[in-house]
Amino acid sequence: MIINHPLLGPRDAQEFTYLGDASLLDRPDWQAKDADIAFYGYQYLRDNPAGRHQELWYHEQGDRSWLVVTRDTTTHVIEKVEFASDVARQRGRSK
Amino acid sequence: MRYSGFRVIKEALTGHKGWTPAWRSPEPKAHYDIIVIGGGGHGLATAYYLAKEFKEKSVAVLEKGWIGGGNVGRNTTIIRSNYLLDGNEPFYEFSLKLWEGLEQDLNYNAMVSQRGILNLFHSDAQRDAYVRRGNAMLLNGADATLLNADQVRDECPFLNFDDTRFPIKGGLAQRRGGTVRHDAVAWGYARGADSRGVDIIQNCEVTGFRIKNGVCSGVETTRGFIGAKKVGSAVAGSSGRVMAKAGVRLPIESHVLQAFVSEGLKPIIPGVVTFGMGHFYISQSDKGGLVFGGDIDGYNTYAQRGNLPTVEDVCEGGMAIMPMIGRARILRIWGGVMDMSMDGSPMIDRTHIDGLFFNGGWCYGGFKATPASGWCFAHLLATEQPHETATAFRLDRFQRGYMIDEKGVGAQPNLH
Repeated sequence: MIINHPLLGPRDAQEFTYLGDASLLDRPDWQAKDADIAFYGYQYLRDNPAGRHQELWYHEQGDRSWLVVTRDTTTHVIEKVEFASDVARQRGRSK
Repeated sequence: MRYSGFRVIKEALTGHKGWTPAWRSPEPKAHYDIIVIGGGGHGLATAYYLAKEFKEKSVAVLEKGWIGGGNVGRNTTIIRSNYLLDGNEPFYEFSLKLWEGLEQDLNYNAMVSQRGILNLFHSDAQRDAYVRRGNAMLLNGADATLLNADQVRDECPFLNFDDTRFPIKGGLAQRRGGTVRHDAVAWGYARGADSRGVDIIQNCEVTGFRIKNGVCSGVETTRGFIGAKKVGSAVAGSSGRVMAKAGVRLPIESHVLQAFVSEGLKPIIPGVVTFGMGHFYISQSDKGGLVFGGDIDGYNTYAQRGNLPTVEDVCEGGMAIMPMIGRARILRIWGGVMDMSMDGSPMIDRTHIDGLFFNGGWCYGGFKATPASGWCFAHLLATEQPHETATAFRLDRFQRGYMIDEKGVGAQPNLH
């Protein structure tokens, strides 16, 4: 697979390490009353879709940026690549 | 029809006109007591043991494509019970014992071959870990033999013993491990289940579940609604897809594992040899092909094919430990989709929906588990109680903190 890095252009997926579903950006509120249930879901449960999947890749052998890659899990076609920091800000996080 | 040597000779002399299909192709009925989703090894084994051991009279297996077309046809056929943890080892040893009696039980030649499995180690720390594992196996009634480097050399003189990074210091052998003809497992279970009245319905995809007030009363399929008192899903690889239709989120990611077969060669590999440090394992099929594989590709996928970097990685591992195979040509490469669970161990459990049961999360170790998985899932479906060897395989163990973390890599499916 080739990942089209927003700054560095097309890079071999071998330069990256994979973490998993981009829902890992949405860390629950640790002070909420139901934090234990929320963190269980956050850490262990996955939508695991067959089709469009947003996922976290880390450019370990490159500029060490975290990316959110939108990829089809049935064809491996990559639709979109964004910086994870940008996605996190869009989702209302401060950084 | 019973199969026997006499029967083969008789048919040979009479033009093979007496053979009959090994299972029927029935139309689905409107209602069954128990529906098993998935006509792979685990689903067919479940149906077989439901009919044989638990005397269930009204059982159907629903299969999207044809039986045995999923992971039971896409694996590397290894059986073993060399696990460490209490939650796992009794279950896998139960499975290995069932393998040992499988062919007589099914009256079907599954070519169970206990040619042994050898896990190599390369350091003192690794030897200590394997001594501990071997002791855990012995405590659970399995067999384990620790070999030093010379003993490994006697059995596998072709290995690269003096690699600078991973010199071979010995290995842990399980003599009762081995290989099985994978397709024959599906066919044998299908024949056995069918002859005991189980309806095996192929080309029947489950498209939804009928769930009302938290009770599952049947499944919607491409061949209409089929009612059932209990529904069990055994579709590992597609667990995420199927259970999503029931609104169940699972502690599972789907990943692809690739496997390889070389051209046919004369017998050279005595059993199964694993080189864990190099992500490589190998055996030789009865037809002579070297059957080998390595690690999962490491990203979510439902495509039954992988990428080339993993091919390169596996071949490098092979060349590092066994340079002689460099001259062999690879004939085929394929990928199977794995339910990678969060701790690397499977689940056989009820769900929060009454009447809906789940069997999955087998990671890349489902084939060896086929008989025990079927037996334990049948036990759960028939009695609604977990089998004594499968009590740890709970769906909610992550929430309760009772993970079965055999490899110690935590909630990282891509690291298992």
